[in-house]
Amino acid sequence: MSSVPTTEQIAAIQKVPLVTNDRSLSWLTDKVSSVVEERTPFWWWVSFFVTSIIAVFGLFCIGYQISTGVGVWGENHPNGWAWDITNFVFWIGIGHAGTLISAILFLTRQKWRTAVNRSAEAMTLFAVVCAGIFPGIHVGRVWMAWFLAPIPNSNGIWPNFRSPLLWDVFAVSTYFTVSVLFWYTGLVPDLATLRDRTTSRFKKFIYGVFALGWRGSNRHWRHYEMAYLLLAGLSTPLVLSVHSVVSFDFATSILPGWHTTIFPPYFVAGAIFGGFAMVLTILLPARLIYPQLKDVITLQHVDKMAKIICLTGSIVGYAYLMELFIAWYSTNSFEKFTFFHARFNWDGSGYYQWAYGCMMFCNVISPQVFWFKKCRNNLIVVFIICNFVNAGMWFERFVIICTSLSQDYLPSSWHIYHPSWVEQGTFFGTFGIFLSLFLLFMRFLPMIAMSEVKIVLPEADPHHHPHGSEEAHH
Amino acid sequence: MADNRKIYGMGAEFPSATALFQAAEKIRDKGFKKWDVHSPFPIHGMDAAMGLGKSWLSAVVLCGGITGLLTAVVLEFYPSVIEYKLVVHGKPVSFATVPAFFPIMFELTVLCSAFACVFALLVFNQLPKWYHPIFNWDRFAKVSDNGFFLVIEARDPQFSEIKTRALLEEIGGAHVTLVHD
Repeated sequence: MSSVPTTEQIAAIQKVPLVTNDRSLSWLTDKVSSVVEERTPFWWWVSFFVTSIIAVFGLFCIGYQISTGVGVWGENHPNGWAWDITNFVFWIGIGHAGTLISAILFLTRQKWRTAVNRSAEAMTLFAVVCAGIFPGIHVGRVWMAWFLAPIPNSNGIWPNFRSPLLWDVFAVSTYFTVSVLFWYTGLVPDLATLRDRTTSRFKKFIYGVFALGWRGSNRHWRHYEMAYLLLAGLSTPLVLSVHSVVSFDFATSILPGWHTTIFPPYFVAGAIFGGFAMVLTILLPARLIYPQLKDVITLQHVDKMAKIICLTGSIVGYAYLMELFIAWYSTNSFEKFTFFHARFNWDGSGYYQWAYGCMMFCNVISPQVFWFKKCRNNLIVVFIICNFVNAGMWFERFVIICTSLSQDYLPSSWHIYHPSWVEQGTFFGTFGIFLSLFLLFMRFLPMIAMSEVKIVLPEADPHHHPHGSEEAHH
Repeated sequence: MADNRKIYGMGAEFPSATALFQAAEKIRDKGFKKWDVHSPFPIHGMDAAMGLGKSWLSAVVLCGGITGLLTAVVLEFYPSVIEYKLVVHGKPVSFATVPAFFPIMFELTVLCSAFACVFALLVFNQLPKWYHPIFNWDRFAKVSDNGFFLVIEARDPQFSEIKTRALLEEIGGAHVTLVHD
C-alpha cells in the first residue's frame, strides 16, 4: 500500500480554478472592457427602449398619485398598508444579496465573490432606489416628507426617535449611502483601466475624472485594502441591521402575525434568499448575451449561489413552520386565527389563502430541487426556480402585510383589499426603473470587478512559478 | 529635446507579479526610501516586501465611528429629553427606554465610519490627483491591465541616473526609462 497519492487523487482534491481555461490578466481586461467598449448593440437599444417606457409609466403613476392623493390606491380601513410596503420590503430585500456578496463573503474569504460582486452591488443600489420610492410616496403628502428628518423647524416638532418607522429612515438611507461608497471605492481601479484603454478623448476625460488619478501604486493599495476591509466590516452588521429594522416595523406592533420575535433573523434570511435569486435572474441572461464572460462567471458560481438559495430558502421555510407552531402553542386565539384562518383558511373565512399557498410553494418547496447537482448545473432550471423565488418573496411580504391587516381583532372591520391600477402600474414601473438602471450600468461601467478577479488568477500570486515548478501551491 | 525638464524618477517594467515582488525586496534591502511599485491589483505580501507597515486608516475610521455615535446621542437625547419630550405608548424618556434609541445610534456610527473611511483613503493616498509625472511614461498605461512597474524617485538620496539604471537592469527590470515631470 503506497502513501503517495496518484495524479487522479491529487486532481480530485484540488480546487477547481475560479476562472476557467487558464486565462491571463490581459485576457480578463480585454473581455470585461470589451462589453463597455464595443458599439452599443441593437438588443441593448431595444431593451432600454422597453424598460424606459415602463419606467416612465411608473413615474406617471407616481405623479398621478401625488397630484390626486393616496385615495387612488386601493387601500382602505383596515388595510392602511398594502402593495406600497409590500413593494418596499420586496425591493429592499433584493438589495441585501449584493451586500452579502460584497461584504460578508469578503470577510469569510470566499474568493468566488469577485466575479459577481460588482453587478450584485449595482443591483443593490438600484433595488434600494426602487424601494425608497414607496415609503416616500405612501406618506400621502410627499411635500411633508421632510418631517421625517430631525431638523429644527418653526413648529418645534421633532420626530419620535423610538419609532421603528424613523429607524427605517435612518437604516435605509445609511444603507444606500454606505453601499454607494463601497461600490465606488471598488470601481476606482477599474475606472482607471477604462481610462487607460479608451481612445476617445471625451471618455478618457470622464473615466479619468472618476478614476481620481489612480495609478496602481502599492503605497495606495495598502490603504485601499485596509479601507476595503473596513467597509466590508461596516457593511456586514449594517446589512443585518437594515432588514432587522424593516422587520421591526412589523414586529414592534401588536398585530397578530406581525408581533413575533422571530422576525429579524427570518427577514434577513429571506432578504438574502430573494436577493440571490435576483442576482441569478440578471446574471444568467447577461452571461448568455456576453459569452466571453463564461470563463469568469462559471457554472461553479451558479452552483454556489444555488446552494445559498437552497440554504436560505430552508431557513425561511423553518421560520414559516415555526410561526405556525408558535401560533398553535401560544394558545392565543388571535394569533391562531391569523395563521390558521386568515392565512391557512381552514374554515373558509380567509381572504388570501391563495397568496399563502403561492408563498409556501415558491419559497419553501421550489428551491429544494437545488439539493441535486443536476438541477444546480442546469441553467434553465436555475433560472425558473429563481423566478419562482422572486415571486414567492413578493408574496411573502404581501401575506404578512395583508392577511394580518385585513382580518384583525374586530370582525366588523374586516375588509378585503384589491390593488388599483395605479398601485399595479407603480410596481410595474419600478421594474422598468431597476432594469433601465442596470442596462445603463452594463453599458458604461465594467460589470466585473477586474482588479479583484485578477487577484484570484494563479499568476497574481507573487510566489507562483508557472509550468512544472516544484512549489505549486501557496 | 527638452532635457532641461525636471526628472521625476526612473522606472522599470517587470514581467510578472513574482518578478516585481523579488525586485521590491532587493530595492528595500538597498535602503531606498522614495520609491514605489505599481500593479493592476494589490500583490499579496508586497507591503512587507517594500518594508511598509500596517495602514493606520483604521484609526481614522474609529474616530469617525465615535463621532457618529456621539452625534446620534446628542441628536436623539436633546430633542427627546430636553426640547420636545414625547411620551409614546405611555413610556417615559428614562434610562429604561434607552434601547429604543440604539438603532439610530448604530446607523449613524456606521454612516460616519464609512465616510471617514473613504475620505481618509483619499487623504492618505493624496487622491484625486489627475496629473502625475508617471503618466508621462507611455508604457505605464499597461499598469491597469497587466503591467508591473517599479519606480525610484529622483528625490531619493541614493538616486543616480547611472547607478540606478544599472541596478534596475541588474534586478531584472526591462524598458528602464527616465521619467520627466
